[in-house]
Amino acid sequence: MKKMTAVTGNEALAEALRQINPDVCAAYPITPQTDMMQRFSDFVADGLVDTEMMLVESEHSAMSACIGASAGGGRVATATSGPGLALMWEMLYVASGMRCPIVMAVVNRALSAPLNIHCDHSDAMGARDSGWIQLWSENAQEAYDNFIMAFRIAEHPGIRLPVMVCMDGFIISHSVGVMDFLADDKVQRFVGNFTPQDALLDVERPVSYGPLIVTDQYHEYKKAQNEIMDSVFAVTEAVASEFEYLSGRRYGLFESYRLEDAEIGIVVLNSAAGTCKDIIDEARENGVKVGLLKPRLFRPFPYAAVAEALSHLKVVCVLDRSDSFGAFAPLYVEIAASLYPREQRPVLLNRIYGLGGRDFMPEHVEAVINEMTDIVSRRIAATPKKYISLRQYY
Amino acid sequence: MKTRIITKSTCKPVISEPGNSAVYKTGAWRSLKPVFEAAHCSSCLLCWLYCPDMSVIVHDGKMEGFDLDYCKGCGICALECPGKKGEKAITMVKEDIL
Amino acid sequence: MTTSSLKLKDLVNKDIRLAPGHRMCQGCGAAIVVKMALLAIDKPVVACSPTGCLEVTTCISDSTAWKIPWIHSAFENAAVTLAGVETMYRALKKRGKISQDMTFVVFAGDGGTYDIGLQSLSGVMERGHDLLYICYDNGAYMNTGTQRSGATPFGASTTTSPAGSAVPGKLQLRKDIVKIMAAHNIPYVAQASPSHHLDLMRKVQKAVSISGPKFINILSPCHRGWRSKADDAITISKLAVNTCFWPLYEIENGKMKLTHVPKEKLPVADFLKPQGRFAHLFRPDNAWMLEDAQRQIDAEWAALQATQACEASGN
Repeated sequence: MKKMTAVTGNEALAEALRQINPDVCAAYPITPQTDMMQRFSDFVADGLVDTEMMLVESEHSAMSACIGASAGGGRVATATSGPGLALMWEMLYVASGMRCPIVMAVVNRALSAPLNIHCDHSDAMGARDSGWIQLWSENAQEAYDNFIMAFRIAEHPGIRLPVMVCMDGFIISHSVGVMDFLADDKVQRFVGNFTPQDALLDVERPVSYGPLIVTDQYHEYKKAQNEIMDSVFAVTEAVASEFEYLSGRRYGLFESYRLEDAEIGIVVLNSAAGTCKDIIDEARENGVKVGLLKPRLFRPFPYAAVAEALSHLKVVCVLDRSDSFGAFAPLYVEIAASLYPREQRPVLLNRIYGLGGRDFMPEHVEAVINEMTDIVSRRIAATPKKYISLRQYY
Repeated sequence: MKTRIITKSTCKPVISEPGNSAVYKTGAWRSLKPVFEAAHCSSCLLCWLYCPDMSVIVHDGKMEGFDLDYCKGCGICALECPGKKGEKAITMVKEDIL
Repeated sequence: MTTSSLKLKDLVNKDIRLAPGHRMCQGCGAAIVVKMALLAIDKPVVACSPTGCLEVTTCISDSTAWKIPWIHSAFENAAVTLAGVETMYRALKKRGKISQDMTFVVFAGDGGTYDIGLQSLSGVMERGHDLLYICYDNGAYMNTGTQRSGATPFGASTTTSPAGSAVPGKLQLRKDIVKIMAAHNIPYVAQASPSHHLDLMRKVQKAVSISGPKFINILSPCHRGWRSKADDAITISKLAVNTCFWPLYEIENGKMKLTHVPKEKLPVADFLKPQGRFAHLFRPDNAWMLEDAQRQIDAEWAALQATQACEASGN
């Protein structure tokens, strides 16, 4: 029988870390992630794990330490949020470029200025081109499951790339939800032993990490990184089916919710998908054919499969919890790029919601659905980019 | 050294041949060449220690000359050579450029 | 503590764990510093360098001069990158996956140490990682073309503090990095010069025999940046020591000791004169700068002597 437990997202990931017991964890406190590493530090202090903790003096150093430790030849994990991820930016590229299979929880938080500690996806979106694999999670259960699967994807011999697992700050990290934890031995067996490649600590076989690469090879390095990303889809799916066998929970590259016969659809990441699904169920009862697509693997991005899932719709509204000032927001851009090759494609809307933790409420989903319905019935014209739940409308 | 082609399977900036820089002959940079006169050598071995390019050849504790494959001709060895009886064992001469 | 011989006749039988074919400039001081340091260590070494001269000249494309495990990740984080490696070493040793004894050494320039890397270096020292951090100090950002750094001496003309008609070079003093490191209360901090090779190698040997964080600042002449001669790395570093521009001392468990006292303390002008970066200090209108430079050095030297005398008297 499954043992269901009520925990916060941070507790869930601290628990996953306890079960995985990585060789080295380097971290720096930042809200809303802090609470996760605090909990993990308790496990270290109480001898429940024998991970070497490095409580460094900045996130830049946290990622630098992770890179050194990973190159050393062992399993490494860390966590951060918002400005912490931004401070890591330079080192994110080094981690992926040096093929360090580091796993990092990103508890999504807004970037300054103005200072804001609440949920926003600008942090992870800013890192989307850094060569990291990105898994996004709707709730604590998904974050926990993604985090465990992340080690298998990162450490796959054909991949050896870092993975960030995103979950919404406060909304998930600090809210209690119901969770099904896997047994410790099941997690340990699933994750398996770490297999080092080119271990720096192998003094019998000295390697040099991080040469200067000039114009003769850099271009090819980057193309090759792109090719490795292409293999991530199959590995992610294979790991997910193994995980399904273990947990009974099924994960694809994205989740399609009531899309097959839908006329209109919402695309949204992370926790807001839960709210949307509830309202979609209500709208369905009123005869509105609406569905939802929730990307799980955002890097690499499964363009063709997403296009296949969305192209039959008449209107799609992409909800972004981050922005690109003077441009469309990041998720919208990917959906537009997915659909462009299709002859038949929906009208696309970009709606910015929930920046800096602004509540995303059922009525906002209803408004989005109503707007799409009005566009289908040609009552209104489509406005490409708008902000929802702006205070001036209250 | 041939430029390695970077592909999916070689995409890792890690070099697993320690010290393989030795295939690169920096001696070609040289415009001055050290000349060794064994008669004036006191075997102090300072030239061996100071040489930034590991170009001083020593056998059985005795200086035997230079590895001109790598010597860049900086002249530290000549300047620091204490020599014997006021005569230096190392002097720098212009490299023949043909 | 077993120490192996540092006599040259014994050292010549050791493998130099830095291969020729590296692309450091002719007469580079940093190459000599790294060579001497590696010769002083018997154990397997795992090293790290930040972005800089040493890094770009020793590891390019598919070519490496390092015969030991070595890593470069970025500019501002050599200390913590190697601390990550060292932490993994402890983790794997604890779990029985590694049994071999090894030592960890950073070779970083002054830019990566005094300036951009200071935060991560300070963190590593505070957390007590078991590694030796060697700064090869050439007093400017040489890799990018001699820009002023926190290590650039007073008066020096660099490409970003040029001696112009209104501003005569760098008007600020260099940081005292040795004291900054000593203030972390780490077991061993020292300053060395390649001109005094036995002193340098003894310090490295002692440092690696001590567990915990260690720091050695080593003068590393750069004739390109200093505008001196290609053959003068040793001669000029000897002048740096004998003018007390670069005092040789160590601070072991908080106790300071001068490891070399010049027989005759030379005027600092003797060190400055052969260097083009100080040429303007010898113009009559800049005589005050020369005097200032001498005053600073006299004050530092007097303070070091006083500290030593004070400690020797047990106060």
